[in-house]
Amino acid sequence: MTVGKLRKNTWMVFVYTLLLAGAAASLAPLYWLVRSSFMSLSQIFILPPKWIPSPFRWSNYAKAFSVVPFGRYYLNTALIVAGVVSGTVITSSLSAYAFARLRWRGRNALFACLIASMMLPFAVTMIPLFVGWSRLGFANTYVPLILPAWFGGGAYNIFLLRQFYMTIPRELDESAFVDGAGYVTIYRSILLPLTRPALIVVGMFAFMGCWNDFLGPLIYLSSSSLYTVSLGLRMFQGMYNAEWNLMMAASVVALLPVIVVFFIGQRYIIEGITLTGIKG
Amino acid sequence: MMVAGMRPRAGKAAYAARENLAGWLFALPAALGFLLFTLGPMIASLFYGFTDLTISGKWNLIGLENYARMFSGRDNYFYKALWVTTQYVLMSVPMKIVYAFLLAMALNQPVRGKSVFRTIFYLPTIVPTVAISMIWLWLLNPDFGLINQMLRSVGIKGLKWIYDKRSVIPSLSLMSMWTTGGITVVFLAGLQDVPKHLYEATSLDGGGAWARFRHVTLPMMSPTIFFNLCTTLIGSFQVFSEAYIMTNGGPDNASLFYVFYLYREAFSFTRMGSACAIAWVLFIIIMAVTMLVFKTSDRWVFYQAGEGGKAL
Repeated sequence: MTVGKLRKNTWMVFVYTLLLAGAAASLAPLYWLVRSSFMSLSQIFILPPKWIPSPFRWSNYAKAFSVVPFGRYYLNTALIVAGVVSGTVITSSLSAYAFARLRWRGRNALFACLIASMMLPFAVTMIPLFVGWSRLGFANTYVPLILPAWFGGGAYNIFLLRQFYMTIPRELDESAFVDGAGYVTIYRSILLPLTRPALIVVGMFAFMGCWNDFLGPLIYLSSSSLYTVSLGLRMFQGMYNAEWNLMMAASVVALLPVIVVFFIGQRYIIEGITLTGIKG
Repeated sequence: MMVAGMRPRAGKAAYAARENLAGWLFALPAALGFLLFTLGPMIASLFYGFTDLTISGKWNLIGLENYARMFSGRDNYFYKALWVTTQYVLMSVPMKIVYAFLLAMALNQPVRGKSVFRTIFYLPTIVPTVAISMIWLWLLNPDFGLINQMLRSVGIKGLKWIYDKRSVIPSLSLMSMWTTGGITVVFLAGLQDVPKHLYEATSLDGGGAWARFRHVTLPMMSPTIFFNLCTTLIGSFQVFSEAYIMTNGGPDNASLFYVFYLYREAFSFTRMGSACAIAWVLFIIIMAVTMLVFKTSDRWVFYQAGEGGKAL
Protein backbone atom coordinates (compact mmCIF):
# COMPACT_ATOMS: atom_id res chain seq x y z
CA MET A 1 0.00 0.00 0.00
CA THR A 2 1.39 3.38 -0.93
CA VAL A 3 1.72 6.21 1.51
CA GLY A 4 -0.96 8.18 -0.33
CA LYS A 5 -3.43 5.32 -0.13
CA LEU A 6 -2.70 4.77 3.55
CA ARG A 7 -3.24 8.43 4.27
CA LYS A 8 -6.50 8.35 2.34
CA ASN A 9 -7.73 5.33 4.27
CA THR A 10 -6.87 6.93 7.61
CA TRP A 11 -8.78 10.01 6.51
CA MET A 12 -11.86 8.01 5.56
CA VAL A 13 -11.77 6.15 8.89
CA PHE A 14 -11.74 9.52 10.59
CA VAL A 15 -14.65 10.75 8.44
CA TYR A 16 -16.79 7.68 9.14
CA THR A 17 -16.02 7.88 12.86
CA LEU A 18 -17.22 11.46 12.92
CA LEU A 19 -20.38 10.62 10.97
CA LEU A 20 -21.23 7.62 13.10
CA ALA A 21 -20.63 9.57 16.31
CA GLY A 22 -22.86 12.37 15.01
CA ALA A 23 -25.57 9.90 14.01
CA ALA A 24 -25.39 8.25 17.44
CA ALA A 25 -25.68 11.63 19.14
CA SER A 26 -28.75 12.42 17.00
CA LEU A 27 -30.49 9.11 17.53
CA ALA A 28 -29.60 8.16 21.11
CA PRO A 29 -31.94 10.71 22.75
CA LEU A 30 -34.80 9.56 20.52
CA TYR A 31 -34.05 5.93 21.26
CA TRP A 32 -33.89 6.68 24.97
CA LEU A 33 -37.24 8.44 24.73
CA VAL A 34 -38.92 5.47 23.09
CA ARG A 35 -37.34 2.83 25.29
CA SER A 36 -38.26 4.73 28.46
CA SER A 37 -41.83 5.11 27.26
CA PHE A 38 -42.29 1.33 27.30
CA MET A 39 -40.88 0.67 30.77
CA SER A 40 -42.42 0.34 34.17
CA LEU A 41 -41.38 2.86 36.76
CA SER A 42 -39.25 0.31 38.61
CA GLN A 43 -37.56 -0.79 35.39
CA ILE A 44 -36.70 2.74 34.37
CA PHE A 45 -34.71 3.33 37.56
CA ILE A 46 -32.62 0.13 37.42
CA LEU A 47 -28.87 0.72 37.59
CA PRO A 48 -27.01 0.15 35.32
CA PRO A 49 -29.78 1.02 32.87
CA LYS A 50 -31.27 -1.51 30.49
CA TRP A 51 -31.33 -0.69 26.80
CA ILE A 52 -34.36 -2.80 25.91
CA PRO A 53 -37.58 -2.78 27.89
CA SER A 54 -38.84 -6.18 29.02
CA PRO A 55 -41.71 -6.56 29.05
CA PHE A 56 -42.98 -3.79 26.79
CA ARG A 57 -45.54 -1.83 28.76
CA TRP A 58 -48.02 -0.57 26.19
CA SER A 59 -50.29 0.42 29.04
CA ASN A 60 -48.15 3.55 29.56
CA TYR A 61 -49.71 4.92 26.41
CA ALA A 62 -53.23 4.03 27.48
CA LYS A 63 -52.50 5.75 30.79
CA ALA A 64 -51.11 8.84 29.09
CA PHE A 65 -54.22 9.11 26.94
CA SER A 66 -56.57 8.63 29.86
CA VAL A 67 -54.89 11.13 32.18
CA VAL A 68 -54.74 13.95 29.67
CA PRO A 69 -57.32 13.99 26.84
CA PHE A 70 -54.68 13.71 24.12
CA GLY A 71 -57.29 12.51 21.63
CA ARG A 72 -59.11 15.79 22.01
CA TYR A 73 -55.83 17.74 21.84
CA TYR A 74 -54.95 15.94 18.63
CA LEU A 75 -58.21 17.12 17.11
CA ASN A 76 -57.74 20.66 18.40
CA THR A 77 -54.23 20.83 17.01
CA ALA A 78 -55.33 19.27 13.72
CA LEU A 79 -57.97 21.97 13.37
CA ILE A 80 -55.45 24.78 13.90
CA VAL A 81 -52.93 23.06 11.64
CA ALA A 82 -55.51 22.69 8.85
CA GLY A 83 -56.35 26.40 9.01
CA VAL A 84 -52.73 27.49 9.16
CA VAL A 85 -51.43 25.17 6.44
CA SER A 86 -54.14 26.04 3.92
CA GLY A 87 -53.85 29.77 4.63
CA THR A 88 -50.10 29.69 4.35
CA VAL A 89 -49.95 27.71 1.13
CA ILE A 90 -52.67 29.70 -0.62
CA THR A 91 -51.69 33.23 0.32
CA SER A 92 -47.92 32.81 0.25
CA SER A 93 -48.08 31.39 -3.26
CA LEU A 94 -50.33 34.22 -4.44
CA SER A 95 -47.92 36.80 -3.03
CA ALA A 96 -44.85 34.98 -4.29
CA TYR A 97 -46.33 35.05 -7.80
CA ALA A 98 -46.69 38.83 -7.58
CA PHE A 99 -43.11 39.22 -6.33
CA ALA A 100 -41.54 36.82 -8.81
CA ARG A 101 -43.44 37.63 -11.98
CA LEU A 102 -45.36 40.90 -12.02
CA ARG A 103 -44.10 44.46 -12.19
CA TRP A 104 -46.00 46.80 -9.90
CA ARG A 105 -45.24 49.96 -8.05
CA GLY A 106 -43.87 49.39 -4.54
CA ARG A 107 -42.93 45.78 -5.21
CA ASN A 108 -39.28 46.05 -4.23
CA ALA A 109 -40.03 48.21 -1.19
CA LEU A 110 -42.62 45.77 0.13
CA PHE A 111 -40.34 42.83 -0.55
CA ALA A 112 -37.51 44.52 1.37
CA CYS A 113 -39.92 45.17 4.26
CA LEU A 114 -40.96 41.52 4.33
CA ILE A 115 -37.36 40.30 4.28
CA ALA A 116 -36.38 42.77 7.02
CA SER A 117 -39.34 41.62 9.13
CA MET A 118 -37.71 38.19 9.41
CA MET A 119 -35.17 39.82 11.73
CA LEU A 120 -37.89 41.22 13.98
CA PRO A 121 -38.14 39.25 17.25
CA PHE A 122 -41.66 37.92 17.79
CA ALA A 123 -41.46 39.42 21.28
CA VAL A 124 -41.83 42.91 19.81
CA THR A 125 -45.23 42.29 18.23
CA MET A 126 -46.41 39.72 20.77
CA ILE A 127 -47.92 42.10 23.32
CA PRO A 128 -49.82 44.51 21.02
CA LEU A 129 -51.16 41.49 19.14
CA PHE A 130 -52.29 39.91 22.39
CA VAL A 131 -53.90 43.14 23.58
CA GLY A 132 -55.54 43.69 20.19
CA TRP A 133 -56.97 40.18 19.87
CA SER A 134 -58.21 40.30 23.45
CA ARG A 135 -59.95 43.59 22.86
CA LEU A 136 -61.65 42.18 19.77
CA GLY A 137 -62.89 39.33 21.95
CA PHE A 138 -60.75 36.64 20.35
CA ALA A 139 -58.68 35.67 23.39
CA ASN A 140 -59.15 31.98 24.18
CA THR A 141 -60.14 31.16 20.59
CA TYR A 142 -58.18 29.79 17.63
CA VAL A 143 -58.62 32.97 15.60
CA PRO A 144 -55.31 34.62 16.66
CA LEU A 145 -53.50 31.37 15.90
CA ILE A 146 -55.04 30.78 12.45
CA LEU A 147 -56.04 34.08 10.87
CA PRO A 148 -52.55 35.63 10.50
CA ALA A 149 -51.55 32.67 8.31
CA TRP A 150 -54.12 33.84 5.76
CA PHE A 151 -52.23 37.09 5.32
CA GLY A 152 -49.21 36.09 3.30
CA GLY A 153 -48.21 33.05 5.35
CA GLY A 154 -44.95 34.55 6.59
CA ALA A 155 -42.06 36.25 4.85
CA TYR A 156 -39.95 33.11 4.87
CA ASN A 157 -42.48 31.15 2.82
CA ILE A 158 -43.03 33.97 0.35
CA PHE A 159 -39.30 34.20 -0.10
CA LEU A 160 -38.95 30.45 -0.58
CA LEU A 161 -41.74 30.25 -3.17
CA ARG A 162 -40.45 33.30 -4.99
CA GLN A 163 -37.09 31.55 -5.36
CA PHE A 164 -38.86 28.55 -6.89
CA TYR A 165 -41.00 30.64 -9.24
CA MET A 166 -37.93 32.42 -10.54
CA THR A 167 -36.48 29.10 -11.69
CA ILE A 168 -39.48 28.55 -14.04
CA PRO A 169 -38.69 29.95 -17.50
CA ARG A 170 -40.54 33.18 -18.17
CA GLU A 171 -41.15 32.13 -21.78
CA LEU A 172 -43.86 29.79 -20.51
CA ASP A 173 -45.90 32.68 -19.09
CA GLU A 174 -45.22 34.85 -22.07
CA SER A 175 -46.43 32.36 -24.63
CA ALA A 176 -49.57 31.71 -22.58
CA PHE A 177 -50.02 35.44 -22.40
CA VAL A 178 -49.86 35.77 -26.16
CA ASP A 179 -52.48 33.01 -26.36
CA GLY A 180 -54.77 35.22 -24.30
CA ALA A 181 -54.33 33.76 -20.82
CA GLY A 182 -54.79 36.16 -17.90
CA TYR A 183 -52.72 36.40 -14.74
CA VAL A 184 -54.94 34.04 -12.79
CA THR A 185 -54.80 31.44 -15.54
CA ILE A 186 -51.03 31.69 -15.77
CA TYR A 187 -50.71 31.37 -12.01
CA ARG A 188 -53.12 28.45 -11.81
CA SER A 189 -52.24 26.45 -14.85
CA ILE A 190 -48.51 27.13 -15.24
CA LEU A 191 -46.86 28.17 -12.00
CA LEU A 192 -48.87 26.16 -9.49
CA PRO A 193 -48.52 22.77 -11.22
CA LEU A 194 -44.83 23.31 -11.97
CA THR A 195 -43.99 24.28 -8.40
CA ARG A 196 -45.95 21.59 -6.61
CA PRO A 197 -42.85 20.33 -4.74
CA ALA A 198 -42.27 23.84 -3.42
CA LEU A 199 -45.85 24.13 -2.26
CA ILE A 200 -45.47 20.81 -0.48
CA VAL A 201 -42.35 22.16 1.26
CA VAL A 202 -44.19 25.27 2.40
CA GLY A 203 -47.11 23.17 3.59
CA MET A 204 -44.79 20.88 5.53
CA PHE A 205 -42.92 23.73 7.16
CA ALA A 206 -46.23 25.29 8.10
CA PHE A 207 -47.45 21.97 9.47
CA MET A 208 -44.38 21.43 11.60
CA GLY A 209 -44.13 25.03 12.75
CA CYS A 210 -47.77 25.01 13.78
CA TRP A 211 -47.73 21.58 15.40
CA ASN A 212 -44.61 22.52 17.38
CA ASP A 213 -45.75 26.01 18.33
CA PHE A 214 -45.77 26.47 22.06
CA LEU A 215 -45.72 30.18 22.86
CA GLY A 216 -48.73 31.07 20.67
CA PRO A 217 -51.18 28.59 22.24
CA LEU A 218 -49.66 29.29 25.66
CA ILE A 219 -50.52 32.97 25.41
CA TYR A 220 -53.93 32.74 23.78
CA LEU A 221 -55.57 29.55 25.06
CA SER A 222 -56.72 29.47 28.65
CA SER A 223 -59.44 26.79 28.77
CA SER A 224 -57.91 23.36 28.89
CA SER A 225 -60.58 22.02 26.53
CA LEU A 226 -59.03 24.13 23.76
CA TYR A 227 -55.43 23.06 24.44
CA THR A 228 -53.07 21.85 21.73
CA VAL A 229 -50.88 18.75 22.04
CA SER A 230 -47.88 20.85 23.14
CA LEU A 231 -49.86 22.53 25.89
CA GLY A 232 -51.30 19.16 26.89
CA LEU A 233 -47.81 17.74 27.17
CA ARG A 234 -46.75 20.66 29.31
CA MET A 235 -49.83 20.13 31.52
CA PHE A 236 -48.96 16.44 31.78
CA GLN A 237 -45.47 17.37 32.97
CA GLY A 238 -46.98 19.48 35.72
CA MET A 239 -49.01 16.54 37.00
CA TYR A 240 -46.63 13.60 36.57
CA ASN A 241 -43.16 15.06 36.81
CA ALA A 242 -41.67 12.07 38.58
CA GLU A 243 -43.20 9.38 36.38
CA TRP A 244 -40.69 9.51 33.61
CA ASN A 245 -42.11 6.52 31.77
CA LEU A 246 -45.50 8.22 31.40
CA MET A 247 -43.93 11.55 30.44
CA MET A 248 -41.89 9.83 27.75
CA ALA A 249 -44.99 8.06 26.43
CA ALA A 250 -46.81 11.39 26.29
CA SER A 251 -43.83 12.95 24.47
CA VAL A 252 -43.89 10.16 21.88
CA VAL A 253 -47.59 10.87 21.38
CA ALA A 254 -46.80 14.54 20.73
CA LEU A 255 -43.93 13.69 18.42
CA LEU A 256 -45.47 10.96 16.28
CA PRO A 257 -47.44 13.07 13.76
CA VAL A 258 -44.46 15.27 12.85
CA ILE A 259 -42.24 12.22 12.42
CA VAL A 260 -44.80 10.65 10.07
CA VAL A 261 -45.16 13.85 8.03
CA PHE A 262 -41.40 14.26 7.93
CA PHE A 263 -40.81 10.79 6.53
CA ILE A 264 -43.51 11.26 3.92
CA GLY A 265 -42.03 14.52 2.70
CA GLN A 266 -38.40 14.61 3.77
CA ARG A 267 -37.06 14.72 0.23
CA TYR A 268 -38.98 17.95 -0.42
CA ILE A 269 -38.09 19.44 2.95
CA ILE A 270 -34.36 19.03 2.49
CA GLU A 271 -34.61 20.57 -0.99
CA GLY A 272 -36.53 23.48 0.48
CA ILE A 273 -33.97 24.30 3.17
CA THR A 274 -31.20 23.96 0.67
CA LEU A 275 -32.76 26.46 -1.71
CA THR A 276 -33.36 29.21 0.85
CA GLY A 277 -30.01 28.71 2.53
CA ILE A 278 -27.98 28.93 -0.62
CA LYS A 279 -29.75 31.63 -2.53
CA GLY A 280 -30.41 33.53 0.70
CA MET B 1 -60.74 41.66 -15.03
CA MET B 2 -57.66 39.71 -14.20
CA VAL B 3 -58.98 36.61 -15.88
CA ALA B 4 -59.68 38.45 -19.09
CA GLY B 5 -56.44 38.04 -20.97
CA MET B 6 -54.13 40.78 -22.11
CA ARG B 7 -54.18 41.04 -25.87
CA PRO B 8 -50.90 42.14 -27.41
CA ARG B 9 -52.72 44.88 -29.25
CA ALA B 10 -53.44 46.75 -25.98
CA GLY B 11 -51.30 49.82 -25.50
CA LYS B 12 -48.13 49.71 -23.46
CA ALA B 13 -49.47 52.03 -20.76
CA ALA B 14 -52.70 50.07 -20.36
CA TYR B 15 -50.66 46.90 -20.18
CA ALA B 16 -48.46 48.30 -17.42
CA ALA B 17 -51.43 49.65 -15.47
CA ARG B 18 -53.16 46.31 -15.62
CA GLU B 19 -50.03 44.49 -14.50
CA ASN B 20 -49.61 46.99 -11.68
CA LEU B 21 -53.14 46.31 -10.47
CA ALA B 22 -52.75 42.55 -10.77
CA GLY B 23 -49.50 42.72 -8.85
CA TRP B 24 -51.13 44.58 -5.99
CA LEU B 25 -54.11 42.23 -5.90
CA PHE B 26 -51.93 39.13 -5.77
CA ALA B 27 -49.69 40.63 -3.09
CA LEU B 28 -52.60 42.07 -1.12
CA PRO B 29 -52.66 39.36 1.58
CA ALA B 30 -48.96 39.83 2.22
CA ALA B 31 -49.20 43.63 2.18
CA LEU B 32 -52.15 43.61 4.59
CA GLY B 33 -50.46 41.00 6.75
CA PHE B 34 -47.36 43.15 6.96
CA LEU B 35 -49.40 46.19 8.01
CA LEU B 36 -51.72 44.39 10.44
CA PHE B 37 -49.41 41.84 12.02
CA THR B 38 -45.96 43.38 11.74
CA LEU B 39 -45.75 47.12 11.18
CA GLY B 40 -48.87 48.10 13.16
CA PRO B 41 -48.02 46.02 16.25
CA MET B 42 -44.41 47.17 15.98
CA ILE B 43 -45.42 50.83 16.22
CA ALA B 44 -47.95 50.01 18.94
CA SER B 45 -45.27 48.21 20.90
CA LEU B 46 -42.89 51.15 20.63
CA PHE B 47 -45.68 53.41 21.90
CA TYR B 48 -46.76 51.07 24.72
CA GLY B 49 -43.15 51.05 25.89
CA PHE B 50 -43.75 54.59 27.15
CA THR B 51 -46.93 53.60 29.04
CA ASP B 52 -47.91 51.51 32.04
CA LEU B 53 -50.22 49.28 29.94
CA THR B 54 -51.72 46.44 31.97
CA ILE B 55 -53.36 43.22 30.87
CA SER B 56 -56.80 44.89 31.00
CA GLY B 57 -55.74 47.25 28.19
CA LYS B 58 -55.70 50.45 30.26
CA TRP B 59 -52.68 52.70 29.98
CA ASN B 60 -51.20 56.05 31.04
CA LEU B 61 -48.19 57.72 29.49
CA ILE B 62 -45.24 57.47 31.83
CA GLY B 63 -42.44 58.71 29.57
CA LEU B 64 -39.13 56.92 29.87
CA GLU B 65 -39.96 55.30 33.20
CA ASN B 66 -39.93 51.72 31.83
CA TYR B 67 -36.51 52.23 30.28
CA ALA B 68 -35.20 54.06 33.34
CA ARG B 69 -36.31 51.20 35.56
CA MET B 70 -34.44 48.70 33.39
CA PHE B 71 -31.20 50.54 32.91
CA SER B 72 -30.92 51.98 36.42
CA GLY B 73 -31.01 48.46 37.83
CA ARG B 74 -34.17 49.10 39.82
CA ASP B 75 -35.56 46.11 37.96
CA ASN B 76 -33.30 43.46 39.47
CA TYR B 77 -33.67 41.09 36.56
CA PHE B 78 -32.88 43.11 33.44
CA TYR B 79 -29.09 42.91 33.61
CA LYS B 80 -29.29 39.35 34.85
CA ALA B 81 -31.40 38.32 31.85
CA LEU B 82 -29.10 40.16 29.49
CA TRP B 83 -26.03 38.48 30.94
CA VAL B 84 -27.59 35.00 30.92
CA THR B 85 -28.66 35.37 27.29
CA THR B 86 -25.29 36.75 26.23
CA GLN B 87 -23.52 33.81 27.82
CA TYR B 88 -25.86 31.43 26.04
CA VAL B 89 -25.41 33.11 22.66
CA LEU B 90 -21.62 33.20 23.02
CA MET B 91 -21.55 29.52 23.93
CA SER B 92 -24.23 27.94 21.78
CA VAL B 93 -23.76 29.81 18.47
CA PRO B 94 -20.09 28.89 17.87
CA MET B 95 -20.72 25.34 19.12
CA LYS B 96 -23.64 24.85 16.75
CA ILE B 97 -21.94 26.40 13.73
CA VAL B 98 -18.66 24.53 14.15
CA TYR B 99 -20.38 21.21 14.86
CA ALA B 100 -22.71 21.60 11.88
CA PHE B 101 -19.82 22.56 9.63
CA LEU B 102 -17.76 19.55 10.72
CA LEU B 103 -20.63 17.16 10.03
CA ALA B 104 -21.31 18.78 6.66
CA MET B 105 -17.62 18.53 5.71
CA ALA B 106 -17.65 14.86 6.63
CA LEU B 107 -20.84 14.31 4.62
CA ASN B 108 -19.29 16.01 1.62
CA GLN B 109 -16.59 13.31 1.41
CA PRO B 110 -17.22 10.32 -0.85
CA VAL B 111 -19.09 8.35 1.81
CA ARG B 112 -21.81 5.75 1.59
CA GLY B 113 -25.29 6.39 2.93
CA LYS B 114 -25.00 10.15 2.53
CA SER B 115 -28.74 10.80 2.43
CA VAL B 116 -29.37 8.46 5.37
CA PHE B 117 -26.86 10.37 7.50
CA ARG B 118 -28.36 13.66 6.38
CA THR B 119 -31.83 12.54 7.40
CA ILE B 120 -30.55 11.32 10.76
CA PHE B 121 -28.83 14.64 11.47
CA TYR B 122 -31.95 16.56 10.50
CA LEU B 123 -34.38 14.40 12.46
CA PRO B 124 -34.02 16.08 15.91
CA THR B 125 -34.93 19.50 14.47
CA ILE B 126 -38.50 18.42 13.79
CA VAL B 127 -39.19 17.35 17.37
CA PRO B 128 -41.64 19.74 19.09
CA THR B 129 -39.92 22.07 21.55
CA VAL B 130 -41.93 20.81 24.49
CA ALA B 131 -40.96 17.22 23.67
CA ILE B 132 -37.29 18.25 23.24
CA SER B 133 -37.41 19.77 26.69
CA MET B 134 -38.96 16.61 28.16
CA ILE B 135 -36.40 14.35 26.51
CA TRP B 136 -33.49 16.42 27.79
CA LEU B 137 -34.91 16.79 31.28
CA TRP B 138 -34.78 13.03 31.39
CA LEU B 139 -31.37 12.66 29.72
CA LEU B 140 -29.83 15.27 32.03
CA ASN B 141 -31.45 13.91 35.19
CA PRO B 142 -28.55 13.83 37.70
CA ASP B 143 -29.54 10.50 39.28
CA PHE B 144 -31.02 8.38 36.51
CA GLY B 145 -30.34 10.30 33.27
CA LEU B 146 -28.55 8.56 30.43
CA ILE B 147 -25.71 11.08 30.31
CA ASN B 148 -24.64 10.76 33.93
CA GLN B 149 -25.09 6.97 33.69
CA MET B 150 -22.69 6.85 30.76
CA LEU B 151 -20.20 9.11 32.52
CA ARG B 152 -20.39 6.92 35.63
CA SER B 153 -19.78 3.78 33.61
CA VAL B 154 -16.38 5.19 32.58
CA GLY B 155 -15.64 6.31 36.12
CA ILE B 156 -16.52 10.00 35.85
CA LYS B 157 -18.72 11.53 38.48
CA GLY B 158 -21.60 13.20 36.67
CA LEU B 159 -22.65 16.82 36.86
CA LYS B 160 -25.88 18.30 38.15
CA TRP B 161 -26.37 19.84 34.70
CA ILE B 162 -29.39 22.15 34.61
CA TYR B 163 -29.79 21.89 38.39
CA ASP B 164 -26.59 23.78 39.16
CA LYS B 165 -26.32 27.49 38.45
CA ARG B 166 -22.77 27.10 37.19
CA SER B 167 -23.61 24.43 34.63
CA VAL B 168 -27.14 25.30 33.52
CA ILE B 169 -26.15 27.52 30.57
CA PRO B 170 -23.41 25.17 29.28
CA SER B 171 -25.93 22.31 29.59
CA LEU B 172 -28.56 24.12 27.56
CA SER B 173 -25.93 25.10 24.97
CA LEU B 174 -24.91 21.48 24.66
CA MET B 175 -28.54 20.53 24.25
CA SER B 176 -28.96 23.13 21.49
CA MET B 177 -26.35 21.26 19.45
CA TRP B 178 -28.81 18.41 19.15
CA THR B 179 -31.02 20.47 16.85
CA THR B 180 -28.28 21.75 14.58
CA GLY B 181 -29.33 19.57 11.61
CA GLY B 182 -30.95 22.38 9.65
CA ILE B 183 -27.63 24.24 9.58
CA THR B 184 -25.83 21.05 8.57
CA VAL B 185 -28.13 20.60 5.58
CA VAL B 186 -27.55 24.18 4.41
CA PHE B 187 -23.78 23.82 4.85
CA LEU B 188 -23.79 20.57 2.91
CA ALA B 189 -25.68 22.14 0.02
CA GLY B 190 -23.16 24.98 0.01
CA LEU B 191 -20.22 22.58 0.00
CA GLN B 192 -21.69 20.67 -2.92
CA ASP B 193 -21.84 23.92 -4.88
CA VAL B 194 -18.11 24.67 -4.54
CA PRO B 195 -16.70 24.25 -8.07
CA LYS B 196 -14.48 21.17 -8.30
CA HIS B 197 -12.00 22.88 -10.60
CA LEU B 198 -10.93 25.22 -7.79
CA TYR B 199 -9.81 22.24 -5.73
CA GLU B 200 -8.00 20.78 -8.72
CA ALA B 201 -6.23 24.06 -9.38
CA THR B 202 -5.02 24.22 -5.77
CA SER B 203 -3.75 20.66 -5.97
CA LEU B 204 -1.88 21.44 -9.19
CA ASP B 205 -0.24 24.36 -7.43
CA GLY B 206 1.03 21.86 -4.86
CA GLY B 207 -1.49 22.72 -2.14
CA GLY B 208 -2.43 20.00 0.33
CA ALA B 209 -5.69 19.33 2.15
CA TRP B 210 -5.20 22.29 4.46
CA ALA B 211 -4.52 24.68 1.56
CA ARG B 212 -7.65 23.42 -0.20
CA PHE B 213 -9.68 24.02 2.95
CA ARG B 214 -8.14 27.39 3.74
CA HIS B 215 -8.07 28.84 0.23
CA VAL B 216 -11.05 27.20 -1.47
CA THR B 217 -13.57 25.78 1.01
CA LEU B 218 -13.57 28.60 3.55
CA PRO B 219 -13.79 31.52 1.11
CA MET B 220 -16.35 29.81 -1.10
CA MET B 221 -18.42 28.85 1.95
CA SER B 222 -18.23 32.25 3.62
CA PRO B 223 -21.63 33.47 2.31
CA THR B 224 -23.28 30.31 3.65
CA ILE B 225 -21.45 30.64 6.97
CA PHE B 226 -22.58 34.24 7.09
CA PHE B 227 -26.22 33.27 6.44
CA ASN B 228 -26.16 30.56 9.11
CA LEU B 229 -24.37 32.80 11.59
CA CYS B 230 -27.03 35.51 11.24
CA THR B 231 -30.03 33.19 11.53
CA THR B 232 -28.52 31.26 14.46
CA LEU B 233 -27.63 34.46 16.31
CA ILE B 234 -31.12 35.89 15.89
CA GLY B 235 -32.68 32.60 17.02
CA SER B 236 -30.42 32.16 20.05
CA PHE B 237 -31.33 35.55 21.48
CA GLN B 238 -34.97 34.42 21.57
CA VAL B 239 -34.80 31.13 23.46
CA PHE B 240 -37.89 30.74 25.60
CA SER B 241 -39.40 27.27 25.97
CA GLU B 242 -36.32 25.67 27.50
CA ALA B 243 -36.43 28.15 30.37
CA TYR B 244 -40.20 27.94 30.69
CA ILE B 245 -40.41 24.17 30.69
CA MET B 246 -37.09 22.90 32.00
CA THR B 247 -35.67 25.34 34.51
CA ASN B 248 -38.30 28.00 35.19
CA GLY B 249 -35.40 30.43 34.87
CA GLY B 250 -33.49 28.82 37.70
CA PRO B 251 -31.60 27.77 39.65
CA ASP B 252 -31.22 31.17 41.28
CA ASN B 253 -32.18 32.92 37.99
CA ALA B 254 -29.12 31.42 36.31
CA SER B 255 -31.18 30.60 33.20
CA LEU B 256 -33.36 33.69 33.18
CA PHE B 257 -33.38 33.98 29.38
CA TYR B 258 -34.31 37.38 28.06
CA VAL B 259 -37.57 36.34 26.38
CA PHE B 260 -38.56 34.33 29.45
CA TYR B 261 -37.94 37.43 31.58
CA LEU B 262 -40.08 39.41 29.14
CA TYR B 263 -42.85 36.81 29.20
CA ARG B 264 -42.86 36.84 33.00
CA GLU B 265 -43.04 40.62 33.06
CA ALA B 266 -46.00 40.60 30.67
CA PHE B 267 -48.04 37.59 31.75
CA SER B 268 -47.06 36.89 35.36
CA PHE B 269 -46.60 40.43 36.61
CA THR B 270 -49.02 41.86 33.95
CA ARG B 271 -46.68 44.78 33.27
CA MET B 272 -47.36 44.87 29.54
CA GLY B 273 -45.97 48.36 28.96
CA SER B 274 -42.72 47.44 30.61
CA ALA B 275 -42.60 44.20 28.57
CA CYS B 276 -42.90 46.24 25.35
CA ALA B 277 -39.92 48.35 26.39
CA ILE B 278 -37.99 45.17 27.19
CA ALA B 279 -38.88 43.81 23.74
CA TRP B 280 -37.62 46.94 22.01
CA VAL B 281 -34.30 46.71 23.81
CA LEU B 282 -34.01 43.14 22.54
CA PHE B 283 -34.86 44.26 19.01
CA ILE B 284 -32.18 46.96 19.13
CA ILE B 285 -29.61 44.52 20.49
CA ILE B 286 -30.41 42.00 17.75
CA MET B 287 -30.20 44.72 15.09
CA ALA B 288 -26.90 45.99 16.48
CA VAL B 289 -25.38 42.50 16.56
CA THR B 290 -26.62 41.72 13.05
CA MET B 291 -25.24 45.04 11.79
CA LEU B 292 -21.92 44.24 13.41
CA VAL B 293 -21.80 40.89 11.62
CA PHE B 294 -22.77 42.64 8.37
CA LYS B 295 -20.11 45.32 8.86
CA THR B 296 -17.34 42.82 9.43
CA SER B 297 -18.65 40.63 6.62
CA ASP B 298 -16.89 42.53 3.83
CA ARG B 299 -13.65 41.48 5.46
CA TRP B 300 -14.40 37.78 5.55
CA VAL B 301 -17.35 37.04 3.30
CA PHE B 302 -16.36 36.34 -0.27
CA TYR B 303 -18.90 36.69 -3.06
CA GLN B 304 -18.14 34.82 -6.21
CA ALA B 305 -19.69 37.29 -8.61
CA GLY B 306 -17.25 39.68 -10.25
CA GLU B 307 -14.05 38.82 -8.43
CA GLY B 308 -13.51 35.15 -9.08
CA GLY B 309 -9.74 35.40 -8.78
CA LYS B 310 -9.80 36.14 -5.07
CA ALA B 311 -10.58 32.56 -4.12
CA LEU B 312 -7.19 31.30 -5.18
